Amino acid sequence: MGDILQLVLKRLGLGVVTLLVISILIFFAVELLPGDIAQAVLGQAATPETVAALREKMGLDQPAILRYFQWLGGALTGDFGVSLISGERVTEAISGRFINTLFLACYAAVIAVPISIILGVIVALLRNTLFDRVANVVTLTSISSPEFFLGYILILYLAVKTNYFPAIASLSTDMSFGELLHRTFLPALTLVLVVTAHMMRMTRAAIINLLASPYIEMARLKGVPPWKVIVKHALPNAWAPIINVVALNLAYLITGVVLVEVVFVYPGIGQLLVDAVSKRDFPIVQACCLIFAATFILLNLAADVGSILTNPRLRHPK
Amino acid sequence: MNSFVIGYYALLIGASCLAAYFKQRQIFLLIFSLTLVSFVTGIVGGAPALRSITIAAGLLALAAGVSYAFREFLIIIAPDGVAKELRTAPLTAAFGMFVIFTYAIAGIFAPVIAPFGEAEVISSAFAPADENMLLGADQLGRDMFSRIIYGARNTVGLALVATSLAFIAGALAGLLAATKGGWFDQFMGRLADVIMSIPSLIFALLILSIFGTSLFVIVIVVALIYSPRVFRLTRAVAGNVVVMDYIEAAKLRGEGTWYLIRKEILPNSTAPLVAEFGLEFCFVFLLIAGLSFLGLGIQPPTADWGSMVRENATLISFGELTPLIPAAAIALLTVAVNFVVDWMLFRSSGLKEV
Repeated sequence: MGDILQLVLKRLGLGVVTLLVISILIFFAVELLPGDIAQAVLGQAATPETVAALREKMGLDQPAILRYFQWLGGALTGDFGVSLISGERVTEAISGRFINTLFLACYAAVIAVPISIILGVIVALLRNTLFDRVANVVTLTSISSPEFFLGYILILYLAVKTNYFPAIASLSTDMSFGELLHRTFLPALTLVLVVTAHMMRMTRAAIINLLASPYIEMARLKGVPPWKVIVKHALPNAWAPIINVVALNLAYLITGVVLVEVVFVYPGIGQLLVDAVSKRDFPIVQACCLIFAATFILLNLAADVGSILTNPRLRHPK
Repeated sequence: MNSFVIGYYALLIGASCLAAYFKQRQIFLLIFSLTLVSFVTGIVGGAPALRSITIAAGLLALAAGVSYAFREFLIIIAPDGVAKELRTAPLTAAFGMFVIFTYAIAGIFAPVIAPFGEAEVISSAFAPADENMLLGADQLGRDMFSRIIYGARNTVGLALVATSLAFIAGALAGLLAATKGGWFDQFMGRLADVIMSIPSLIFALLILSIFGTSLFVIVIVVALIYSPRVFRLTRAVAGNVVVMDYIEAAKLRGEGTWYLIRKEILPNSTAPLVAEFGLEFCFVFLLIAGLSFLGLGIQPPTADWGSMVRENATLISFGELTPLIPAAAIALLTVAVNFVVDWMLFRSSGLKEV
């Protein structure tokens, strides 16, 4: 077990380092701004005095390194500073929306993960048949479509023409859970369509890869029944690739969620980010980017740790 | 039950029985599953649903016919070596090539094909289609059809430029890292790790918020985000070539790094690189389309597919299909490129499956 622990710790350490590097990148990218934030906020017409006053108020007269550590310390304790436009605390603007986004992503994941893994395994077992080829074309098409295309098609056919679901996912606090699921069904479905296609293809590739290995052939040749080949021989080794596929695609959800939120006017963190980018509200942009990047890295980390823990070769060292 | 529905099921069931009788398993499976699907959709949606299935099947058959003809056409005009390869192309790949060809024509000859200029206001906002305007007008009264044609030039052109830049930068760095090794290799590898650990759309949004949305910035950002992918692949492919004996021989002859890359390594790693270029193009194209959809890509009045969808999105709530056409154009091109890449990957390398 010592080996495994060491491997996991090493990977966790690497994750923390990556996260640090990315926080440096996110913080200092804003420093690259021609002039500085105070200048950008006030515009070219501002007098030097007002710029200097704002600079002092924002603490820009301190060296960048010091401000970085203040920002990082604040971020770790959940304090991302103050919005440049509204003056609202960034944490307050983000927290509610972040939960909404998480809810949407989880909703999509709960539907997508079982479907895509089951379909992926079926397609892998039926490889090179007509069903496989049709599935290949369909998933490829789904991957190739921009999220907003799928989203608007769903709106057109399931909301505008038939009225099954609302086209705009407006949320309020006094909604029942069922109502919530109904309201957010279309955005979730859009995400499901994209992610399922990705996951199916990756699961299929992983399983086919596995079934081609010599020990599976050996099991077949010695007369093990097909279902036993899958359950006893293939599955223990398949967990690692499947966990990987799931985690990578959940990470993919993070990016997809931005576009989907804009299409459905969903009150999530992705929409906030897009608004902040066009208004150039840097504290919010930085905070959102850090949250998205951290989630992305955490999921990748989970994928790696998961595949280490489920690897039978590592669990039973010689 | 009208005569259309009866005829529909009679045809499907008859055809599946015939296929089963003549032991055409694949065709039978296809037709019979279509019959089963029709049962369900027919019960839910009635005759109109069946009609749309018929139309969809007809369109599919048409696409298959066009791709078949296009493949035969290419085989005839291509030189012998290429023609032999083309014969192995599946219909999907031929379809992809046909679509790419069409887009290229539309992009190159946009001013000739489009009846109006891309920024020309010719009627009232959201005017419906008439004999003058094939698809009606957009939110400012500009001809939708002309703008879609021009969009082929602008959107695809931008994506091509960005992809080329990402590809050249990534491939060069990868080749250099593979031949030089040492600290350069290590440094580039870690740099690629860091860039790839940030979601691409988020990274693009961060940079665009700082430098504003000019075309130059978009191209640079996209190149920066996607070159690590190319770098890794090139590094891996070239890494396998570098250890060959003939490279050793060339080194002993005293050839320089540049000669090694150009004459020895590159010719032996083109196949996967070409496929990667196609894949890369899809990613870049979707990212740029997403950015323009968010209003952060190509700026108006230049016609661009992503922003056209956003600007005309209000029409969708009136049940109009027109705003979806630019989005469909994006999807179609990406699908087409993916089909071709799929075939090339299958043909060129280790992706041959058991």
